[in-house]
Amino acid sequence: MSEVLKVPTMAEYMAEGKQPEVLFWVGCAGSFDDRAKKITKAFVKLLNKANVDFAVLGTEESCTGDPAKRAGNEFLFQMQAVTNIEVLNAYEIKKIVTTCPHCFNTIKNEYPGLGGQYEVMHHTQFLKSLLSDGRLTIEGGQFKGKRITFHDPCYLGRANNVYEAPRDLIRKLDAELVEMKSCKSRGLCCGAGGAQMFKEPEKGDKDINVERTEQALDTQPEIIAAGCPFCNTMMTDGVKAKEKEASVQVMDIAELIANAEDL
Amino acid sequence: MNFIPNIVFATALILGVGYFAKNVKKLIRNIKLGRDKDVSDNKAQRWKNMTMIALGQSKMVKRPIAGILHVIVYVGFVVINIEVLEIIIDGLFGTHRVFSSMGSLYGILIGSFEILAALVFVSVIIFWIRRNVIKLKRFWNSEMTSWPKNDANYILYFEMVLMTLFLVMNATDVHFQAMDSGNLISQYLVPLFNGLSDSTLHIIERSAWWLHILGILVFLNYLYFSKHLHILLAFPNTYYGRVNPKGEFDNLEAVTNEVKMMMDPNVDPFAAPAEGAENTMPEKFGASDVKDLNWVQLLNAYTCTECGRCTSECPANQTGKKLSPRKIMMDTRDRLEEVGKNIDANKGEFIEDGKQLLDNYITREELWACTSCNACVEACPVSIDPLSIIMDMRRYLVMEQSAAPVELNNMMTNIENNGAPWPYNQMDRLNWKNE
Repeated sequence: MSEVLKVPTMAEYMAEGKQPEVLFWVGCAGSFDDRAKKITKAFVKLLNKANVDFAVLGTEESCTGDPAKRAGNEFLFQMQAVTNIEVLNAYEIKKIVTTCPHCFNTIKNEYPGLGGQYEVMHHTQFLKSLLSDGRLTIEGGQFKGKRITFHDPCYLGRANNVYEAPRDLIRKLDAELVEMKSCKSRGLCCGAGGAQMFKEPEKGDKDINVERTEQALDTQPEIIAAGCPFCNTMMTDGVKAKEKEASVQVMDIAELIANAEDL
Repeated sequence: MNFIPNIVFATALILGVGYFAKNVKKLIRNIKLGRDKDVSDNKAQRWKNMTMIALGQSKMVKRPIAGILHVIVYVGFVVINIEVLEIIIDGLFGTHRVFSSMGSLYGILIGSFEILAALVFVSVIIFWIRRNVIKLKRFWNSEMTSWPKNDANYILYFEMVLMTLFLVMNATDVHFQAMDSGNLISQYLVPLFNGLSDSTLHIIERSAWWLHILGILVFLNYLYFSKHLHILLAFPNTYYGRVNPKGEFDNLEAVTNEVKMMMDPNVDPFAAPAEGAENTMPEKFGASDVKDLNWVQLLNAYTCTECGRCTSECPANQTGKKLSPRKIMMDTRDRLEEVGKNIDANKGEFIEDGKQLLDNYITREELWACTSCNACVEACPVSIDPLSIIMDMRRYLVMEQSAAPVELNNMMTNIENNGAPWPYNQMDRLNWKNE
């Protein structure tokens, strides 16, 4: 990478005696998964462009415990949660933004009962607020008129009723937003949730991500937009399974906006 | 004066209502076998949910055809039952159509009952066709054989017969037809009985009247044994249903206490247990049987009317996996009934029967197929939460039995060791910045 990303850590802020406007919770996928790292960087580019005063925990971040909890390991979840809350509270964090709906849901809904109270935003909500505050502008650019369908992540949509923020952002690209047969509150899962990401599916006659990808392809899209690193993986695999990778791209909303801005 | 009909009627009424009350008591006892759950929060939201979802049928109409037909049957059921009040007064006191003294208002009332009865009849026929002729997929899943399949049809037949009896009763009532007010539908049935003497008509009318009220009493008592309990339980179930975001799964308090002890440097691990504490069993984590579930989950099971909207929205089920959220609810109810019968048979005490909800009813394969996507919870028209039962049973498998699939154990070991579900070093978390 040629350009330099500004990614300050909380420790650096602390050393300077400053407090950032918002903490960017990167998440495990965003930190380690090659595909998801691109989403992380796209989002950071946007934060840099909008001059958002943010920080990450860096090596002090650890799994929220979401996959452990959904797998049934409440012990491990709460151990992770309590440890993370200690770190977050020590830094007096008030506001958190994350590109992962699973981290978003867990920190927003399940940490308060264990002593972690924060304002938590999904990156699509945060980007939308940057736009409405005039801190970031989007011009459609290369996506003008393109057919884009949005796959609702379960833990953003049904779990937390966030349906419009990602769609508003797609509309701002002057793209043609097309909806799948099952969308919003009836959106079909990509197949990764509930710790399924980390295991083989049970016996059946089809993989869930293929079923969902077929629904997406039915809309004749040029791009399948996602808002979750796990959905992104599942849909990308689905597109490959349907041998459509030459004509259909799977991209995170943050990447769409960053690309539109040629960042 | 001949009081025999009045006495027969009063006896039937007492027996019918009495037996139902006995079963309601049993129902409440069974539901209370569940663990406690505090539902005293968010009262305003809970009332709103009940008003909108149960009374207002707001989620039913998400599927417009079934929804509108259901609204007709629901409104018909509620409104036509006003007529039952008159039947009860007439039956007890030997009067005939006691409310007819209201004059034209009576005509309006009975007229609207008749229209509703005809609409209900047609709707129920359409329901029957959807189920038995069109064979909608969700009515033919593997759990919908034998009793569940028959139960659904019996309910439809009951409703057809009751509505027919109501209209025949009106059509053969010579006085009522002579009033020519409110007989909007029954007047068209009168020609069917042409040529019959007044006394024969009277016998038909009396028979229809008796069969109608006895049918209602039988139907009332059928509820407890049927999926049809939802007509009553939908109300408490929507009130006690989820008020938090669907993605929020409860944090187990017993675990919180242990985690706090582990994290607290001031706790003496060798301290003697507090007085009285030595006799308390450590709480079981998760659920392997119905008594480990909370009472709202058990109420959910009795409320389920097996419509299958949950299963038809389930991504695992759609792709051929064994998991069916409806079956989770049906199994929970079946096992709860089995436990209840065990208690009845053993003078109020449960005798271990070597069975449990896990494995004997719900298999591990079903539990591990769930993506926790909440589609089933969203789809349920009466706020049932199959996902919470799946999660509680996974908790039992993982925390009590260490019986997670091996790949999940690897994932959890990774989280424990290096704070991520994959084997990457926590110290490398920020490497992406410079890649």
